[in-house]
Order: sequence, then structure tokens, then C-alpha cells
Amino acid sequence: MQPILAVKNLVKQYRDVFAVNDVSFAIEAGQCFGLLGPNGAGKTTTIEIMEGIIKPTSGQVLYQGQPVTSAIAQQIGIQFQHTALQDFLTVKETLDLFSSFYQHALPHEALIDLCDLSEFLNRDNRLLSGGQRQRLLLALALINDPEVVFLDEPTTGLDPQARRNFWQLIQNIKAQNKTVVLTTHYMDEAEQLCDQVVVMDHGKIIEQGTPNNLLKKHFGHVFIYLPTTQVPNDLIAEHRWQVINDNVEIVSENVESTLSMLIAKQVPLAQLQVKSANLDDLFLKLTGHSLRE
Amino acid sequence: MNFSRFFAVFKARNLEFFRDKSSLGWNLIFPVLLLVGFAFVFNDDSKAVYKVGLLSSSATSSAEHAFLATKHIEFIHYEDLEKAKQKLTHHSIDLLIDFEKSEYWRNTLSTNSYFTEKLFLAEESTFSSQTLSGEAIRYVDWVLPGILGMNMMFSCLFGVGYVIVRYRKNHVLKRLKATPLSAFEFVSAQLLSRLFIVTFMSSVVFIGCNFMFNFYMLGSYIDLLFVAMLGAMSLISLGLLVASRSKSEELIGGLLNLTSWPMMLLSGVWFSLEGAPQEVQWFADILPLTHLVSAAREIMTEGATLGDVSYHISVLAVMTSIFLTLGAYFFSWNTDR
Repeated sequence: MQPILAVKNLVKQYRDVFAVNDVSFAIEAGQCFGLLGPNGAGKTTTIEIMEGIIKPTSGQVLYQGQPVTSAIAQQIGIQFQHTALQDFLTVKETLDLFSSFYQHALPHEALIDLCDLSEFLNRDNRLLSGGQRQRLLLALALINDPEVVFLDEPTTGLDPQARRNFWQLIQNIKAQNKTVVLTTHYMDEAEQLCDQVVVMDHGKIIEQGTPNNLLKKHFGHVFIYLPTTQVPNDLIAEHRWQVINDNVEIVSENVESTLSMLIAKQVPLAQLQVKSANLDDLFLKLTGHSLRE
Repeated sequence: MNFSRFFAVFKARNLEFFRDKSSLGWNLIFPVLLLVGFAFVFNDDSKAVYKVGLLSSSATSSAEHAFLATKHIEFIHYEDLEKAKQKLTHHSIDLLIDFEKSEYWRNTLSTNSYFTEKLFLAEESTFSSQTLSGEAIRYVDWVLPGILGMNMMFSCLFGVGYVIVRYRKNHVLKRLKATPLSAFEFVSAQLLSRLFIVTFMSSVVFIGCNFMFNFYMLGSYIDLLFVAMLGAMSLISLGLLVASRSKSEELIGGLLNLTSWPMMLLSGVWFSLEGAPQEVQWFADILPLTHLVSAAREIMTEGATLGDVSYHISVLAVMTSIFLTLGAYFFSWNTDR
């Protein structure tokens, strides 16, 4: 099946800095596709080249097999990382303004419902909270009922509750079989939402695949944690387990056999924690530095 | 050009302007305060220097005519007798002399004319006297087109230039670029919105102040409106050109000040450039505000028609075309990060 979007050997150079350096990937229709990486990894530059907002130094972006032109604006929706809305307009007037730009615009009622805008519809843009503002920006991205929605770090700066609410809105969009391209540096967000991810660092792709496959590929083990006071020192020394913050970290490839061994050694299992590796761990392993650095 | 998109941006910009109460208030109050201030300060229209018009057909020098060596009198040359007589009628000059025909004109209703005649006759007693009469144009009548023009200039330059740069800097332009809206639709909506705002605001100020001052108006209001809109268009286009690429509010502030200050000082807003050095007059001639103010002033105080001010109209039209073409050519959404 032909991918809805394909990026081929994309390069963007600013003077002597390569913001994006030979990046290639393909996105299937209906997927939620995540571009992950720390600040400055090249995610936003990549997504803005895909949107036709900035021109690449070299390489190509294909939309439904054709090179991207300005006509793509009718078929995609975009939520930028930083966007100011026009001052002194209400939410409703902003929806009216953006509706007028498109040949086909969704009825306002559908957008208001989907993005939960009803309670602040007549409020001035300047008076919106962070979460309300992001919901309005999402509504603007969806106003032309696009095939593909680009969301550039949509939950950065939101409180945990607003983030969770926003994730639900993205799930609703996915349920409508739209393709979602998302950049984020929150790994829990990517794990919750994305079917496919590309991990970027310093303008290059360092890994790509489904979150589960990537974790399986790089981590065949889980982490078991027990308070140091419950584990005899000779056992820690014998297995060379690490002690981290008053907890013993046991790296286990088979949880059942590890637990049986601990029980046999009469180690109390109160306060035991089992943790699978996540994308944070994956990034740390791939790059040697934490995602949020 | 899609009119629905154009009209949506036009409407949004107008709403933004009229809802910004502080900016709206300033745009209304500033010119009124200036007019009231000048009406108060120059109430008696007193000027320290007498002005005497000389018909240029009579080439003269102070060696031939001792009167021309009189101190504290400014001599202004006129080619056209009728224009010079009109100046005398309106008290813009105090005496008009034709040395070739040995005659002079004085205004019977002007005190200054009376004194300059006495000074003149002390030197030249043989000239025949002609009289004219006409009430003086108050300074407030004379300065009104200048102050309204200046206010329009600030509103056009800053209202377009500054707003576009602000939109560019805070990514409003980037968000709009991500829609099917074209640069032409966006720019023309900004220009026409500002033209509407400036015309509306200037009309409100003019009508409001007219109740207070009952302005001298000899020409047609339609002609005045036409000249005002053409002048505003040239200034708006200049604002667009200045703001076509910049992303820095500090830089654009400096550039707009650099553009507006020479016009404020040298476009004849506050004082007449008649009698100013030729170089200053040449420089003033390349400033759009000079032509806007001169044409409006001639319509109001001399009853000029559009034909009479066709030179100013042509210059404004040419300037508008040049600024618009260059502004559109250089315009950038400037969305690179």
C-alpha cells in the first residue's frame, strides 16, 4: 500500500548547522506517527518541511505519491508549537476566520463538540488558559476536515490533567481514521498515542519502529526493585545488583524465576516493584543522554 | 483572489483595531489635542515677520529698489498674479508688488498689510495702489490639513508596518501561511482595512473638530476625500514596503521613525515651505505627505479642484504604484526559524 506521506533523504542546513541530516521515513494512512527527540533534535524542522512551511536544502516529501505543493494546505491541518492568535477576536470569530480560508470547512458544532470549546466560545483569545488555547488550536487544525493532522508538541506546558484531556482528543481524531503526525519529547505521550515512532537526535534518525517492537528489540528484560534493607548484602554482592536510592535494582530476563529465587532465599517481597523499560530508557540507551536534556 | 478569504481578514483586522480601546482613543484624541493646542497658541495669528509677494515677471534687486533691502521682511516670488492675489486675500502674504508695472496690492482687512504698505511707500511713493479684501485664514484652518495628514501618516505607517512585523514575529503570519490564504489576499486585506480605518477616523476627527472650529472650506468635500484616500494609500504602501521583510520590532520602530520624522518636519505640516531653501523644497517634493498636505490645503483654503492639484495627485499615484510594487516584491512571510 502506498504511504500517505513519504520523506526521502531530507536535509535542512542553516549555515554550517545541519538541523535535519538525511532523514527518510514513510507514514501509512490512519496511523499516529511520532517524531521523538529532545529539544533541538530536528523534529520541528522536519515536520515544517513536510507541511510545506519551510523549504528543504535537499530531499523530497511526497504526499500520496506526489511532491508536496502549496495545494497541500487544503488537505492538511497544522498545530504549530508556537502560535499567536489574533488579539481581540473571540474563539467563535477565530473559527469563522479560519473557516473562510477553506473550500470545505467542518460545521462549527462538530468542532466545538470534538474539541470541547462550548464553555469559552465567546471569550477573547487573549483570556484563554493554556489548555483552552491548545484545544482551540487543535480545532483550527481540524477545521478543513484534513486527511493528515500535524501536531507539533501539542501538550508542552500543559498541566497533567490538561495533557490527559488532550490525549483523549487525539484518540478521538485517530478514531475518525485520520493520519496524525505528532512531535513530542514526552515519552509517555508517544507510548500512549503513537503506532509508529521515529527517534531523532542531532538531526538524524537513530531508531524507528513501533514502540513495542523497539522496546522488545532493545530490552529483553524488566527491572525489579526491592528496598535495600530487605536484601542481604552477600546476595547483592553475589549477583552484582546495583543499589539506586535505597533500592536494589535487579535486571531480570524472567520475572518468575527471579521471584522464585528470592522466595527461596527468604527475601521479603513487601514493597516489591516491577518496571518494564520505556522509551525514556530506550533513548538513554541509544544516545547515552536523557531525553529532556 | 478569493473575496471570502480577503473579506474575512479585512473584517478581523478591523475588529482588532476598533476593539483595542486604548489605540482607538489615542487615534481620536491626539489630533484633536494638537488642533485645540494650536488654535489656542496661535489664536491671534501673529507672526513676527512680514511677508511680501513679488511678481517674478519684474526681475528686481535690492540695488534697484531699496525696499527689497528692508530687514525682517520675507520676500516670496510668484509667477501667477491670480495665485499671488489669492495669497494676499487670505493674509498669507501682507503685500503684493509688481515692480515692472509700478503697482502694488494691499488687503484692506489686514493690519499687517497696512503696516507693510506704509513701509513700502516710504521707499517707493510713485507706485499705484490696488486693493483687495478678504478675511484672514486662521492658523487653525491652515494647519488642519497638516495635522490630519500627519495623523494619517503615523496611523498608516505604524498601523501597517508595525502590525505586519508583530504578526511575523509572534507567528500569526506563519499560522496564516499554513492555510490556503495567499500573500496577495493577506496584504491587500491589511492595506484596505487600514485605508478604511484611516479614512473613517480622519472623517470623525474632521467632522468633530468642525463643530468646534467651523473650518474654512472653499473646495469640494468629495475632492478632499479623494486626495485623503490617495495620500493614505501612498503612506500605507510605504509602510508595507518598510515592513516587507523585517522580523524585529525594534528595527521596524527605528525604520518607521526614520521615515516619518522627515515628513513631519518638512512636509509643510506646521509651516509653509514657501521661501524655504530650494534644496529643502526638492527634498520635500519626494515625500508623499508633502503632496497630501499641499493638495488638501489647496482644496480647503483656495478652492482648488482635482484638476488644479493634478500634479500632487499624479505624484501620489506614482509613489503608491512604486511602493506597492516594491512592497509586494520584497514581502516575505519569513517563516524560517
